[in-house]
Amino acid sequence: MDSYIETPELREQFETPTQQKETSTLGMWIFLVTEIMFFGGLFLAYTIYRKEFATVFGLASSTLDAAIGAANTAVLICSSFTMVLAVRAAQIGSRKALIVFLILTILLGGIFLGVKAYEWNQKFEEHHVPGPAFYLEGVPPGGQGPAQLFFSLYFTMTGLHALHMLIGEGLMLFLLWHAYARKYTPSYYTPVDIGGLYWHFVDIVWIFLFPLLYLIARHQH
Amino acid sequence: MHEHVDSIKTYTLVFFSLLALTAATTAVAYTDLGPFNIVMALFIAVLKMLLVALFFMHLRHSTILTKVVVGGGMLWLAILLVFSLADFVTRGWLPVPGK
Repeated sequence: MDSYIETPELREQFETPTQQKETSTLGMWIFLVTEIMFFGGLFLAYTIYRKEFATVFGLASSTLDAAIGAANTAVLICSSFTMVLAVRAAQIGSRKALIVFLILTILLGGIFLGVKAYEWNQKFEEHHVPGPAFYLEGVPPGGQGPAQLFFSLYFTMTGLHALHMLIGEGLMLFLLWHAYARKYTPSYYTPVDIGGLYWHFVDIVWIFLFPLLYLIARHQH
Repeated sequence: MHEHVDSIKTYTLVFFSLLALTAATTAVAYTDLGPFNIVMALFIAVLKMLLVALFFMHLRHSTILTKVVVGGGMLWLAILLVFSLADFVTRGWLPVPGK
């Protein structure tokens, strides 16, 4: 039997590095599809309740700060841009650029999470967190329940998104560590590519969360 | 292994398009378009999703199999949303005897 030395470039069960890479990409996309379904259930719940309680949802949505939300969306898009440049740096074998862009991505992700924490804290101070102390000004009689429903969805959806961001930050730190240790070459940088897919997916979730949570009825309030 | 490497110019164009679309979705939200506010919001969000998926996630260079899997995922999402909403939206359209 031939002696086979397993390397990250080509594991035993694959014919070619290309096949191995395509398998990893496909596997990651299948995981992302399960994530789409996972968030899909929440978006469905949101749609049904928004239709049912359109007025109160509009009022509750307008208490969020749209300017902060838009700015944070821009921050996340910037982080996706630095991420894609990190993947490109890995493709062309530029270790220095890879490290720089990974650090930038981590920093931008950190800014996003910091702003999110500030927004959440504001909601706590305004008594807009569902629970006994909840009170939303200006809603019609009987509207406190549906208003709490909006904020339950707001906290669940942005919370799950923030959790994904935290996991993403962890992945980026791992990639940074391995990039620093010279583990990635133009012929093997699959983890960077896969990490990028995850990061961009989380960005896409936010792209939908921003208009749906922050901008329901801005023209009315 | 021959990977397709996109130019920084392409990525920069996509990046600025995404920022412009974010500004657009915010601006449109403050304009009263009646029922078309939500249509515009979702249209712009889908446009941004496509830009991220096709360019940043390299979906346009992916294998057919990957594209089919992603398309299948979107199909299942559509089933989840459309079939469920077909119930909730049409409730009350027809009178129920005794109600």
